[in-house]
This record gives sequence, structure tokens and C-alpha cells, in this order.
Amino acid sequence: MSDAVSALKGASFDGTVTVRDAGLQGMITLRGDQGSAKMTKAVKDATGAAKPGQREITSSGDSGAAWMSPDELLVMVPYDSATEALTKIDTALKGEHYLAVNVSDARAMFEISGAGVREVIAKLCPVDMSPGAFEPGSIRRTRMAQVAAAIWMTEAGTIRIVCFRSVAEYVYGLLCDAAEPGGEVGYFA
Amino acid sequence: MLILECPYCGVKGEETEFAGGGEAHLKRFGPGSSDDEFHGYLFSKVNPKGVHFERWRHAHGCGKWFHAARDTITLEVYGTYPAQTTEPPKDIKDKISAKRPGWSWREFA
Ligand SMILES: [Zn+2]
Repeated sequence: MSDAVSALKGASFDGTVTVRDAGLQGMITLRGDQGSAKMTKAVKDATGAAKPGQREITSSGDSGAAWMSPDELLVMVPYDSATEALTKIDTALKGEHYLAVNVSDARAMFEISGAGVREVIAKLCPVDMSPGAFEPGSIRRTRMAQVAAAIWMTEAGTIRIVCFRSVAEYVYGLLCDAAEPGGEVGYFA
Repeated sequence: MLILECPYCGVKGEETEFAGGGEAHLKRFGPGSSDDEFHGYLFSKVNPKGVHFERWRHAHGCGKWFHAARDTITLEVYGTYPAQTTEPPKDIKDKISAKRPGWSWREFA
């Protein structure tokens, strides 16, 4: 088997915030009835985390689950555990009408950290990034300049971004540009 | 700028996060319909000044299609509601009536 590499091969940039390619991330798209008990068990078995409610993201250690739409969750596990997690999901949902696909290699993940992360995202996405309006525990799917992206805060001052791998270089460029020293706006300061 | 609330994920987003999908509540005419019905279905769309009903898709969000009742003069959004319905819900119609008494749009009033 070939050696998997992330889209930007660990690139990073120090600007008003630190932008970095967050590396390989196991991701499973899980669609089905979110109200079913089997779905709750599938998420628990695969990640150890609770099934997230609307617009929520839950985590347990290196794993977690994010609410993507009323019938879709994004299950996140360490890259090397994706196949195993998928098997656990398939086992838990046997007999249900569902779909679970390993999409790890179809996506890219970035992390920005520093005091100005809210501002960097606010420059790129039509999302209210004010403290209080966007906090750890919630996930927002939105538009980042010209492409779709999902963003969430892992803790104060750290935001993760997931996008399609095909636009990874574009998104990395956007983030670096928005973090260019001299471009501070200070709106959330 | 148009602010729409997606009825599926509850996100209040601005227009560019969504994609417009034209007129709402179209009745589809396909094989077996008359030429006039098929022509009407394909081409005869209303373009009102005032109350309007449209389809929108949360294209950069949850991906779902939904309906929006809005005003093309003021850009006020009276409400958004799921796509799985053939007519606007009563509460939205009442809200429109309060602002624009006597309104009508296709077969709805
Ligand atoms: Zn939505």
C-alpha cells in the first residue's frame, strides 16, 4: 500500500495566527436516521463520543462526531483507525437503512491558532464569529470564499477547518492571506 | 442583502451561502400532459413586485432544499419552511397578511 500524505504535506505559516495543515484525519460520512438508537450506538462504538445534536460537535480523545445535516454526521477518528471504525458502524447499524463511507482521502483539514482566529475566519466566511455567537462545541458548514467548508473551535483560540481535498491548496492560500501580518482589523479585540 | 434561516439546520445565513432555485410550489407536468400545461410548467413563471415564494438550497451548508416567502420590494423574509409541503404554512400566510393585506400569489392568498 502507498504511503498516505495530507494535501499540503504538513505545510504551515506564521502570520497573525498560525495556519497549518492538520495532517491526515480519518473521516466517515454517516447518513441515516439520527433519531434511531442504533445510530447513537454506532457513533458511540466508533468514536466513544455521544451523538451530536443539531449543529453540535462532540469528542472523545482523538475521535468525535459532527452534525452535518438532519440526516448526516461526520465521524472523525485517527486516520489509521478509519477502516476499523467503519466496521463498527456497519455492525451497529446492521439491518438499518443507512450509508457509511470512508471519505478520509477526499478531505483536507487545517488548523489555525492564535488570538486572531475569529478575525481570520470572519474575513472569509459569512458567519457571525463574535464571542458568544460561535464557541467550542458547535460546528458551522458554510462558504469560505468560493468553496464549501466546515469550521469548529476545538478550544478558545483554535479553529479547525475541513474542506474538499481538491480545493485544499486554495483554502490554505485563503487562510494564509487572511493571516498576513499587517492585515489585522481588530474587530473582535 | 438577504438573510435566510435554513429550516433544517437552523442556521441564519446570508444569501451567498445559499443558492436560489426559482419559483416555489410548481406543479410538475410531464409525459401525458397537454402542450399548454407543459409550456406553462417550463416557462410561465411569475415575477411579482411584492410577495413571492421561492425555492432555495442551503448549498454551502446542510445541502437541503427549502421554501422561502419573501418580499421583492423590501427584501423582508416572511419565513422559511421545509420543502416537503405543497402550500405555505398558515403562520407564514398570516404574517404576510399582517404586512400586505389582500395579497395573493398564484392560487394562494
Ligand atoms: Zn441548512
